[in-house]
Formats: sequence, C-alpha cells, structure tokens
Amino acid sequence: MDPLSTLWETFFDWDAMREALPEMLTVGLPNTLILAVSAALLGSVLGLLLAVAGISRSRWLRWTARVYTDVFRGLPAAATILLIGVGLAPLGMQVWGPDPYPLGILALSLIAAAYIGEIFRSGIQSVEAAQLEGARALGFSWADAMRLVIIPQGIRRVLPAWVNQLIALIKDSSLVYFLGLVASQRELFRIGQDYAATTGNESALLLAGLCYLALTVPLTHVVNWIDRRLRNGRPATGSTEDDDDTASYAATEGDRR
Amino acid sequence: MTAATTTSVSLDVRDVHLAFGPNRVLRGVDLSVPRGATACVIGPSGSGKSTLLRTINRLIEPDRGDVLLDGRSVLGDDPDALRQRVGMVFQQFNLFPHMSVLRNVTLALRRLGKLGADEADAVARAQLELVGLAGKANSRPSQLSGGQQQRVAIARALALRPEVMLFDEATSALDPELVKGVLGVMADLSAAGMTMVVVTHEMGFARQVADTVAFMDRGVVLEAGPPEAVFERAGHPRLRRFLDQVL
Ligand SMILES: Nc1ncnc2c1ncn2[C@@H]1O[C@H](COP(=O)(O)OP(=O)(O)O)[C@@H](O)[C@H]1O
Ligand SMILES: [Mg+2]
Repeated sequence: MDPLSTLWETFFDWDAMREALPEMLTVGLPNTLILAVSAALLGSVLGLLLAVAGISRSRWLRWTARVYTDVFRGLPAAATILLIGVGLAPLGMQVWGPDPYPLGILALSLIAAAYIGEIFRSGIQSVEAAQLEGARALGFSWADAMRLVIIPQGIRRVLPAWVNQLIALIKDSSLVYFLGLVASQRELFRIGQDYAATTGNESALLLAGLCYLALTVPLTHVVNWIDRRLRNGRPATGSTEDDDDTASYAATEGDRR
Repeated sequence: MTAATTTSVSLDVRDVHLAFGPNRVLRGVDLSVPRGATACVIGPSGSGKSTLLRTINRLIEPDRGDVLLDGRSVLGDDPDALRQRVGMVFQQFNLFPHMSVLRNVTLALRRLGKLGADEADAVARAQLELVGLAGKANSRPSQLSGGQQQRVAIARALALRPEVMLFDEATSALDPELVKGVLGVMADLSAAGMTMVVVTHEMGFARQVADTVAFMDRGVVLEAGPPEAVFERAGHPRLRRFLDQVL
C-alpha cells in the first residue's frame, strides 16, 4: 500500500466516521455545549464581579482582582483544570459525590472569569465619566449608576471580545477529559479520541475537529457581525418595551464622540 | 410648564471654598437666588463656574462654606436625595445612548421616584410634550439633533420635579440655529417660576431672562446684580474687559 492512501485512510475513513457520528452528535456535542455554555455563564458572572472589583475604590478589592486575574491567566488551562479537578475532589465528593463534571465546569469558569473580567473592565472603563455624572446628577447612587447606566454600555462595547472568549471555552472544554469522565459525560474530543484508540484510525478525531469548527467558525462570524454593527451603527428599532435594551443597541458615530 | 415648578425654593451659596490639590478653584463664592428667580453666572473659562454648580448639588463636596435650600443647609443631607431636588443640565447633554428617549426620562422616575411603568411613561411623555419632543419618545438620542437632545435632557431633569435647576452652558455645544429652541425652553421655565442658576455665554439671554447676573472670576463672584446694573454700569475693570470681549 502506498503511503498516500495510508494517509488517506488514516484520516478519511468514512466508515469509521459514520460509526462515530451518532455518539458524537448525541453525547459529545451536548456535553461540549453544556461545559462551554455553563462555564460561559458562570465565568461571565464571576468576570463581572472581578471587573467591578478591579475598578472599585477599595484598594484591597482591586488588589484581589489583580492577583486573581494574573494567576488564572498565567497558568496553563490544563494545569488549572487538573489542580482544581484533583485538588477539590475531596470537597466535591462531600457535596455531589465522585462526579468530576461539576469541577470541570468550575475550573473552566474560573479560567474564563479571569479573561472575561479583563474584557468587561476595559469596556466599563471606556464609558465616559460624563455618563456617570449624568446618572449621579439624577440622584442615582454610585452602585445604581454603575448597574443601570455604565456597565450595560461598557459590556456592549466589548461583546466581540466576549464572544471570542466563548470560542476559547468551546476549545478548552476538551481539556476536562483529564478528570476521567464516565462514558455518558464524554465531550467531542474524548469521543473522537476513544474511537481513534480502539480502531487505530484517526478519522473519528478528525470528525471531532470538524464538529468544533462547526461551532466555532459561525461564532467568529458573529464576532465580525457585532463588530461591524458597533462600528457602523444601526437605526433604533423603535421598541421601548425591552427593559434591558440588550437586543437593540445602536452605537452610531454620535455615541463615540 | 407650571406643573413642575410650583415647589421651587430659594438657593443660597455662602462662602464656598474648594481646591483641587493646590488649585484653589472656588475662593469664597456667595450667591443668593430667591425662590422662583433666575441667576445667570457669566465669566471667563476656568473661573470656576462649572465647579460652583457641582458643589450646589454636591457632585463635588465643598471644602468650606454652606449651601442652603429654602434657608436650610443641605450639606448634612443624603446627596442622592438632594440631587433629586436639584436638577442639572450639562453642556454635552449626558443622555444615555443605549436607551430610548422615553427610557432616558423614565429610568429615574421608576427607580428613584418609585412610579409604576405606566405612570412613569405618562409623566415622561407629558414632559417630552412640553419641550416639543412628544414624537421622539421611541428614538435613540443619537438620532436627534443636539438641540433636541438637550431638550430631552431638560425634560429628564424636570420629570423628577426638582425645586432648583442648574444649567451648565446648556447651549455651548449646539449649532447656532439650534440654540434658540433650547433657550426658549429655559426662558419658559424661568417665567413659570423655577429657581434657576444658569451658567451661560448667551448675554442676550442673561439680559432678558435673569433676575440676577453674577460675574465670576478666579473663583469668586466679583460683581452681582440686576442685568442692567451689571451690563450697563460695570464697575470692576475685569468685568468691563470680559464684557468687551463677549459683547
Ligand atoms: N475634577 C477636577 N479636578 C481637578 N481640577 C479641576 C476639576 N474640575 C475643574 N478643575 C479645574 O478647576 C478650574 C475651574 O474649572 P471650571 O469650574 O470647569 O471652570 P469654568 O466652568 O468656569 O470654565 C480649572 O482650572 C479646572 O482645570
Ligand atoms: Mg464650565
């Protein structure tokens, strides 16, 4: 057999792919999404707290946020996941039993929070001081002014960077396989790897890669789309019913004086 | 606009001092504005006019001196509650760009005035009607002209039924043809009996609308009095020089 066809069969064995596909879609894909989405939610909440701590008037809060961010951004994700997954396992055992899955989500969230916190902080700090003054002059407390006026504007400005962080999370979710998941908990990468190990053929792993791309490539386009919209502006929808206005932001030239 | 102004009060600023580090910006400012009167504050850039307004609603705390509403010192009050009594309008409008015009006005009504959604909407729409912008309730601030944005900012402040209104160069950022509409709204408000302090470079407005004109220079009110006295019989050389430059 010539090397080229060996190579072809190693990566493009359609039968191997077809065999792995059902489990990939019914087990791997949902698990990857659960890990990434729940870590994104928890990481965003923690990130927002870090961002607010990072700009607070308390030196101790700022310092704590700084150290946290430096540590969790500075460590390799794999090391953090292993440290937390193994280090907190006895604690997890008492709370929810031997399942490593929640600790995997926790570790991913803590890592994401460090990055998302920096993203949110830069967005919040980019909002003009006049906005805070405008809100305070109406009688809003500092906390209300931040919550209702400053933070919503700041976060909108950094949505593209936040979506990039989701992409990173989807990829990093593959690392929780270190923690020894049971069969029904395996995400895309682990399922691809298992099939590859039993068949000695990498096609299932390639299929897993294609699944990741199917998730991440559209998201990169979402980033570009939000970016364009923030840059060029868009007329308001005329709806005033949405209390948070999350869906209908129009950042036109006027906003970015 | 009478509805909003029935509760206006007198304002007294007494010997207010404020320094930013070594920069002594306010050096004993006195200003008295009787209930329902309008005081225009004029003076060169950097003389402390904006800082004075900010000490009145305590966006900046004065180092020394007193601010009285209706004869009572406000320096011991809760600053957030005080700011609901003292409305402020800024040169750059400071509208919230991520909210509709209507929501810019209802936000404080609902969160601070504790009005329900429908009630706040009704108050806000009535207030927008008074500044001639009823049709713009659902627009974004960025879709409005500068003059319209400033009128929204005025409506937003008035919706909270303040007892005193502060204007910090409300028309300085506007194209010339838009200035008149905003000054008109301010003149109406003054005529309706609102107590107002208006920092302005519009000498025509000061002459026609003000009960008192105060000339500020280097952190003090150098001269104050009725417009005729200040404009026609300016005593202090620095005031004369200033008027020569702006008139
Ligand atoms: N937040 C601040 N921090 C430090 N200095 C300030 C601040 N605000 C104003 N100043 C200074 O105070 C002086 C008076 O400013 P301001 O009250 O804005 O004058 P005006 O409104 O009359 O032009 C200026 O020298 C200005 O640089
Ligand atoms: Mg000024």
